[in-house]
Amino acid sequence: MSKYARFAFALAVGTGLAMGAGGPAKAETPKKGGTLNFIVAAEAPSYDLHKESTFAAVHPIRPFYSLLIRVNPDNPQSPTDFQCDLCVGSVPKPTDGGKTYTFKIKKGVKFHDGQTLTAADVVATFNKIISPPEGVVSVRKAFYKMVDSVTAPDDETVVFKLKFPTGAFIPALATPMNHVYSAKDLKEHGYSWHEKNVNGTGAFKFAGAVAGSHVDGVRFENFHVKGKPYLDGYRALISRKLAIRVQAIRGDRAAIEFRGFPPKQRDDLVAALGKDITVQESDWNCVLLFTPNQGRPIMQDPRVRQALTLAVDRWGGSQHLSRIAIVKTVGGIGFPGHPLSATKAELVRLNGYGTDLKASREKAKKLLAEAGKAGLKFELLNRGTDQPYKIVGTWLIGQWRQIGLEVTQKVEPTKSFYNSLRKTKEFDVSLDFNCQSVINPIVDVSKFVGSAGNNYGNYKGKDQELEDIYNQLIKEGDEKKQREIMRVMEKRALSDMAHEGVTLWWYKINPHRSYVKGWKIAPSHYLNQSLDQVWLDK
Amino acid sequence: MGKYILKRVLLMIPTLLGAAILVFLLLRMAPGDICAVRFLGTGMAVAEDQIAMCREQMGLDKPQIVQFFDFIWGYVIFDLGESMWTGQPVAHEIAIRFELSLQVAIMATLVATVIAIPLGIISAVRQNTLTDYVVRGFAIAGIAIPSFWLGLMIILGLLVFTQAWFGDPWMPPINFKSIWDDPAHNLAQLIWPAVATGYRYSAVATRMTRSAMLEVLREDYVRTARAKGMLERIVINRHALKNALLPVVTILALEFAFLMGGLVVTEQVFNLNGLGNLMVDGVERQDFTLTQNLVMLVVIVYVFVNLMTDLAYAWLDPRIRYS
Repeated sequence: MSKYARFAFALAVGTGLAMGAGGPAKAETPKKGGTLNFIVAAEAPSYDLHKESTFAAVHPIRPFYSLLIRVNPDNPQSPTDFQCDLCVGSVPKPTDGGKTYTFKIKKGVKFHDGQTLTAADVVATFNKIISPPEGVVSVRKAFYKMVDSVTAPDDETVVFKLKFPTGAFIPALATPMNHVYSAKDLKEHGYSWHEKNVNGTGAFKFAGAVAGSHVDGVRFENFHVKGKPYLDGYRALISRKLAIRVQAIRGDRAAIEFRGFPPKQRDDLVAALGKDITVQESDWNCVLLFTPNQGRPIMQDPRVRQALTLAVDRWGGSQHLSRIAIVKTVGGIGFPGHPLSATKAELVRLNGYGTDLKASREKAKKLLAEAGKAGLKFELLNRGTDQPYKIVGTWLIGQWRQIGLEVTQKVEPTKSFYNSLRKTKEFDVSLDFNCQSVINPIVDVSKFVGSAGNNYGNYKGKDQELEDIYNQLIKEGDEKKQREIMRVMEKRALSDMAHEGVTLWWYKINPHRSYVKGWKIAPSHYLNQSLDQVWLDK
Repeated sequence: MGKYILKRVLLMIPTLLGAAILVFLLLRMAPGDICAVRFLGTGMAVAEDQIAMCREQMGLDKPQIVQFFDFIWGYVIFDLGESMWTGQPVAHEIAIRFELSLQVAIMATLVATVIAIPLGIISAVRQNTLTDYVVRGFAIAGIAIPSFWLGLMIILGLLVFTQAWFGDPWMPPINFKSIWDDPAHNLAQLIWPAVATGYRYSAVATRMTRSAMLEVLREDYVRTARAKGMLERIVINRHALKNALLPVVTILALEFAFLMGGLVVTEQVFNLNGLGNLMVDGVERQDFTLTQNLVMLVVIVYVFVNLMTDLAYAWLDPRIRYS
């Protein structure tokens, strides 16, 4: 079999697995035992995921904890399939006109130190996340603006009362960083204890760590899901260099890297290992944007911003860039394929998404001429990371050259890049990104609103209409109406005002040793990392 | 000699203070801070008050002069502080990586010495012969080939050849085990970076040995030794080599000091959890506490090795001692 045939075979198998094509008929009986070695590209800053936002903390630490609800590990591609983890039955439907959610907590769940989980633990956890005491960092507390109170009427019941009904609540609750802590630990050891200590109810117990090297977990025999986990344990190995992470899988020092590899590395592994490697691929809940700085006079005219987006050949770029970079799918403001997101028919109506590229670029040139900005020169700020920033940045400059723009690229290391983007706002146009965990379009699209904390386009207070549209979206309970509002918001943000330019959505590629079973790729590198369902076919 | 040592030790104090000021200021000249790197890396919406709280907890909101005195006071009370990234004591972060870096430095120095001294001697003794050209070519290649490339080629070579010969690809372990706990694992991991680094390092030392030997072999006392009918082996080993080694020892000592903190690229290529990698992490994350202390550690090692070299010189050459 040629290397290309082997690649095609492995890709087909992997993609099939990712899409769930295997189905029940092909289900294999999990084998118990073994230690999973996997690679993480960076070191966790702390073990407290309530205050961290990096995957480098999620991958090694998530298996130690349980969540109240989680994305279904057997169907992680679904943006709406959530299941109870520490609650009983299925995820509850709201009452009180969509404003009250009542969860029944599983009985007999044990923490690793022997404590028994009660509703008070869940309440203490969510109070720490949603309304932390003074001086306690909780980076995602803004996700829970809709929550009015979290209470425990008894040991087995947790009640969330919302200020208004919203479809954004349940996905936010399933955020994989919402590890449930023991109320007693928080009370006795304080709110920073979990930064360096672990006591969860997850499938694995903390078994040690060496800073900069690895984190070890061993099976928790009293795990609340009977028969799981299958693994005896795992080791999360830290490796900063992509080349080493790839070779580690090739040399079987590690079986998988959960974040993902670029296409070239996938092809190399498949060519080297053939059937011993399985590739799973998925759209990724990360999008790369270009953000014109409206604090700069040259970017204040909507016609200039429209020209920037009209020049970009997204459909062609998808085909070509996906061969060399971790981007692929053309989409609007919402995760492609989500029920609330635009279809291709809807997208092509927006500036910059049309299939007649020549006409789009002619229109762009006309708009620039009308605005008196033909042949405009400006600088593109970019992050000094190859995948996919520098590749997409270089491609964008080529696209803009087609309409007579002269663009230079300023590449800065990550910390300087953030400084220029966020604090000093020293840029004309910048590459920007929006990466989230659970697909929650109603929350995720807040990025496009000028007043959002992670919006760097300098148009806060300049587009009240867009703010109003978003406020309407977040408070709308009906899915059909939510979808309609999303289209209006998308048109306003990307096309009419062209505040932001969506380039391409990321594409996640996970080549792994074929003996790793039970893990299904999710549309985010934060999701499906509990490892309780993973087993080794060795 | 005692006065000379005291003078040199006292000179170390302003050197270290100057280095501390320089390190402190240079780190803070770079834009951005650790809280931005920590919380904004994912593109999630993080409220400004959360970032401000993080800066306050890290002490980044204090005036720089206060931060500087905190840093210096740490040395006075032997408290290096905590890493701003992991929250672990800096002394602990350094200690767990010190053994690996020290072992690689020693192994690389041994590899370099074992290669450089014999080759340098052979090259000098057989000057302008084919052997000399081969040795010089080998040495120049060692200087010219980047360590990271050589490292990657070693790993790739191991994977390709083991797969071709044994069916399964093999690569060195990527996690460290102490030589006292698991010598086989330890050597399987560290021999390759030691060879990659030692080769480059031997190239410089080979050329130094060769030129020093060539110089010494032309000295009158060597000619006299030969005229007395001494065996060539004794002339080379006892009379020439001993005198030619002085600059070679200096080079080896300084390179050893460099290896203790400077194996940045090799440590990344071989996934070694050593001080070089820690330094890269510290700089990338703008972990001021960690980076300051690591740079100061390297400065101290350099100053100390320099002192030792100077003392060795002074001991070997009375003209230095009395000048």
